[in-house]
Amino acid sequence: MSVSKEDVLHIAKLSKLNLTDEELEMYTKDLSSIVDFANQLSSIDVEGVKPTAHILNIQNVFRKDVMQPSFDREEILKNAPSKDAGCISVPKVVE
Amino acid sequence: MKDYEVIIGLEVHAELSTNTKMYCNCSTSFGADPNTHCCPICTGMPGVLPVLNEKVVEYAVKAGLATNCDISRFSKQDRKNYFYPDLPKAYQTSQYDLPLCLGGHLDINVNGEKKRIGITRIHIEEDAGKLIHDAYTGDTLVDMNRCAVPLIEIVSEPDIRNADEAVAYMQTLKSILEYLNVCDCKMQEGSLRCDVNLSVRPVGQKEFGTRTETKNLNSFKAIHNLIEFETNRQIKVIEEGGKIKQETIRWDDAKGIGYAMRAKEDAHDYRYFPEPDLAPIVLSDEYVNNIKDNLPEMPHIKKERYMKEFSLPEYDADILTSSIKSANFFEKANDICNNPKAVANWIMGDFARMLNEKEIEIDESKVTPENLAELINLIDKGTISSKIAKQVFEDMFESGENAKEIVEKKGLVQMSDEGAIKELVEKVVQANPQSIADYKAGKDKAIGFLVGQIMKETKGKANPQIVNKLLLEIINK
Repeated sequence: MSVSKEDVLHIAKLSKLNLTDEELEMYTKDLSSIVDFANQLSSIDVEGVKPTAHILNIQNVFRKDVMQPSFDREEILKNAPSKDAGCISVPKVVE
Repeated sequence: MKDYEVIIGLEVHAELSTNTKMYCNCSTSFGADPNTHCCPICTGMPGVLPVLNEKVVEYAVKAGLATNCDISRFSKQDRKNYFYPDLPKAYQTSQYDLPLCLGGHLDINVNGEKKRIGITRIHIEEDAGKLIHDAYTGDTLVDMNRCAVPLIEIVSEPDIRNADEAVAYMQTLKSILEYLNVCDCKMQEGSLRCDVNLSVRPVGQKEFGTRTETKNLNSFKAIHNLIEFETNRQIKVIEEGGKIKQETIRWDDAKGIGYAMRAKEDAHDYRYFPEPDLAPIVLSDEYVNNIKDNLPEMPHIKKERYMKEFSLPEYDADILTSSIKSANFFEKANDICNNPKAVANWIMGDFARMLNEKEIEIDESKVTPENLAELINLIDKGTISSKIAKQVFEDMFESGENAKEIVEKKGLVQMSDEGAIKELVEKVVQANPQSIADYKAGKDKAIGFLVGQIMKETKGKANPQIVNKLLLEIINK
């Protein structure tokens, strides 16, 4: 397997996901096959090919620094499961 | 105890003073009601397409050129992934391996010694939102107004050796950013803040010690005090045989204490990858040179000019040019009254003291350059004495009235009428025969007493030169 169970647990932790044992098995297998698939690229000779910064052949897409009205606060907070005092309310963040 | 060397590098975050956010048209202005400067782009809704604000590139290039960096002709943006409620996208758009500016330096002055501090890089990135702790419910409230306000992060080389150097570096950088007009540098509002990376090592040791990082210091005092605190703490740990842990320190400015934040062992696994929604930034020589040719006069150049053009001492030129605000004030006032030394003295003296006491900046004062110039003109023309001028200035500072009005309203015009002064002098001489006798017996000090009496009679308004002249004439008759 190109991805170990430890790798999957680490990624799950960074992603704030709790996995059951079955899920751990499944993701280890699935992620391994995804990585193996992508690893086929490693067999290609890229000597002299510049690293790709963007898949499309575009550059310098800018906008002018001109202000426009923002959204109504109601609209912005519409999907928040919990809100208070014009803010999204989340469980206490310990610093 | 061994001698230790302190190694400090600063990461300075400067919010750019653009009108709009980095990738959308929402306002960047400070202090609005929570979540009223937000749209689907800056709140990280799925399916939106960010487009980079052209001013962000321009301002970052300006900052890079002013700090002697190389400007990258090819640059890209990357996603820095981490989960925190102040970051609705769950990644910060930043720059990883191809930042806009690389390899510059800044010269600082510490106690008269010049020192060069290397600048590793300057990159563009977006700010995060603000978290407010709700004491009543115990929850955390998220205000996303600051999400995606554009920043530049200026990363120094580990060339800084103590708190004084760190503060001098920060002051120099602040002054340059203000001159460039790319950041309002209001540290109390967090638009200029810095992270301090600090380690210590015994003198002579080659490898660096383990470093700690303290985030988001937003005053010179906090930077200074944290560095002193953390230096002493690390030396003490090592002297007691302990080891420094690589951790993030949180600085409590009120208590003057730093303490370790809960260790986040995975925190630095940011899984950077190229931002697929944003196109690479390719800058032509023409673009870069155009910005370079139009950079404003920088503080050290202005300082030289002040010394040459206005014959000001280096000390004065240094203080006046350390902030663009005081330099502008100086130039405007001097344009009117054409007395550079007098303007400099006021700005550095009583005016500076009163600004400090009020904790405001020169452009927030009620005294305008025109008002100060008028006051100096009144002194130069002999309308008021310099002693009275101090009193007038205090009035101007409090009320914002102009000097002439105050002088007229309070009847502070200097008495230069020889006849009137002569009468007073004669009266005082007659009332003080002992002083006259003392003077004639060779006690020159007696004259000072008599002048004092006359000034007292006129509430300080008599022209001192005339008083002196007449007094000597009368006594020596």
